[in-house]
Amino acid sequence: MPGLEDLYREIILDHYRNPRNRGELPAPPAQRVEGFNPLCGDEIVVYLLVEGDQVVDVKITGQGCSISQSSASMMSAAVKGKTVEEARALIRAFKGMMSIHESRLEGDDGEPEPVDPEIKLGDLAALQGVVKFPVRIKCATLSWNTLAQGLDEAASA
Amino acid sequence: MTFDVAAVKKDFPILDVEVHGRRLVYLDSASSSQKPQAVLDVMNEVYETTYANVHRGVYAIAEEATARMEDARAKVARFVGAGAAREILFGKNVTEMINLVAYSWGRHNLREGDAVLLTMMEHHANVVPWLMLRDERGIELRWLDFDDDYQLDLTDLARMVEGVKLVGVAAMSNVLGTLNPVRRIADAAHAAGAVVLVDAAQYVPHNTTDVAALGADFVGFTGHKMLGPTGIGCLWGRAELLEAMPPFLGGGEMISDVRIDGFTPTELPWKFEAGTPPIAEIIGLGAAVDYLTDLGMDRVRAHERELTAYALRALPDRLGDELTLYGPASPDDRGGVISFSYKGIHPHDISQVLDERAVCVRAGHHCAKPLMRRLGVGATARASFYIYNDEADIDSLADALAHTGEFFLGDTRK
Repeated sequence: MPGLEDLYREIILDHYRNPRNRGELPAPPAQRVEGFNPLCGDEIVVYLLVEGDQVVDVKITGQGCSISQSSASMMSAAVKGKTVEEARALIRAFKGMMSIHESRLEGDDGEPEPVDPEIKLGDLAALQGVVKFPVRIKCATLSWNTLAQGLDEAASA
Repeated sequence: MTFDVAAVKKDFPILDVEVHGRRLVYLDSASSSQKPQAVLDVMNEVYETTYANVHRGVYAIAEEATARMEDARAKVARFVGAGAAREILFGKNVTEMINLVAYSWGRHNLREGDAVLLTMMEHHANVVPWLMLRDERGIELRWLDFDDDYQLDLTDLARMVEGVKLVGVAAMSNVLGTLNPVRRIADAAHAAGAVVLVDAAQYVPHNTTDVAALGADFVGFTGHKMLGPTGIGCLWGRAELLEAMPPFLGGGEMISDVRIDGFTPTELPWKFEAGTPPIAEIIGLGAAVDYLTDLGMDRVRAHERELTAYALRALPDRLGDELTLYGPASPDDRGGVISFSYKGIHPHDISQVLDERAVCVRAGHHCAKPLMRRLGVGATARASFYIYNDEADIDSLADALAHTGEFFLGDTRK
């Protein structure tokens, strides 16, 4: 059986104890997007300020477990200052890291989206251990799905 | 006066299973109980010796299967003090049974502006069907709050029930453990002309139940929380109410005649039981009722009261001020369900670390999000007890919780 140290890597606990980019942004001009994990009640609010093709600022509020909160913290640090395209590529790469298991859980036999091997996940790779704990995958992907929705809304705003 | 827990444990094969190399400490019976060998055996025996569809065949094994299923219904009826077996309806879970009441009784009796009174500690099963009816019919929902000891505040009850057509109340909260004063609420509701629906999912498995003494009109409960299999929910309803209600699901079994221009529903209880029922599971539930009856429900309650009293002392002793318990202070006012938070660690993380010690607790909103919002928390961890739990299980929980605290917060030098 996978050990707890596979799940709770030190970098994850660090982001959980000291979350980055905590707070709110005035919306508008920022997008405010809510995400819920109906299984456990975790809630996340992503504030996303997009100017042109640039993700200028990201802030996070909400409550949840160490996995959902650290993933959100790492996500905010990873996409802040990136272009929208780079942010989308990160979302694909992150979900790619999780997706085999997520697809299997949902009974979706479709091919996973191709992941650009050039994308560097950096600290985010610490969350790879989550795939050994299938019920926690949705905790890790909550903020990323919320970010994707925010980017979509920013694009159509 | 209780019973020999060690002997009871031996009746539950799953308690011999090792998880992560450790003895299983199952503290999630409020979610679903484990099953004794007698229940597993009887379901196998049905399939091996006398399985056939019920209420149809005229051959021997079909008659036998029908007789045994109806015998189980009679056992369930006696178990909850029902006047007649035909007042016991089977469905797939208590959620479906409450939906049956909301659909058949609610749509038949509630009009725009009619009020339904619920409590702030209801499970989603006794919330969402009424929200759906509000959206569809424009009924008014009222909410009975609770006090600082997590007990329903009945100060304003007489005013709250004025003009109400139905009162829905959990006999025991699945989050707080609170044993609610159902009789008092029912009397006030009846005085105001309302009918009373009791969600007894957490009550019937742990207490002597007498539907007449509760003063209810409908009582929902479910087999899988009382040593029975999944897929079998029960509703007791007063016969005259059930008679007057239109059917719920339509199909086979629930009719006495079908023409191309209409149908005539059959008599109780089958009027509310469309389609092939879970036959072996119903018979299995009958065996679960036998098991609990042999043990004695007064002794079940006494055992769980003692265990709850022990937990309410032992957990704070061991874990100190950073343990927050949500529920009445006295074990007399509550059942064996203990919701808690610890050191600000998210309940999912608590449950994950506890799992490494093979300690099974529930983490989350417990299908009671209005209650969670009222408590001002997103989630709690919850340990719940049954006949096969003992003080050693609670000690294991305390040890594992102390370890969880150290894991997340104790050593930050790593």
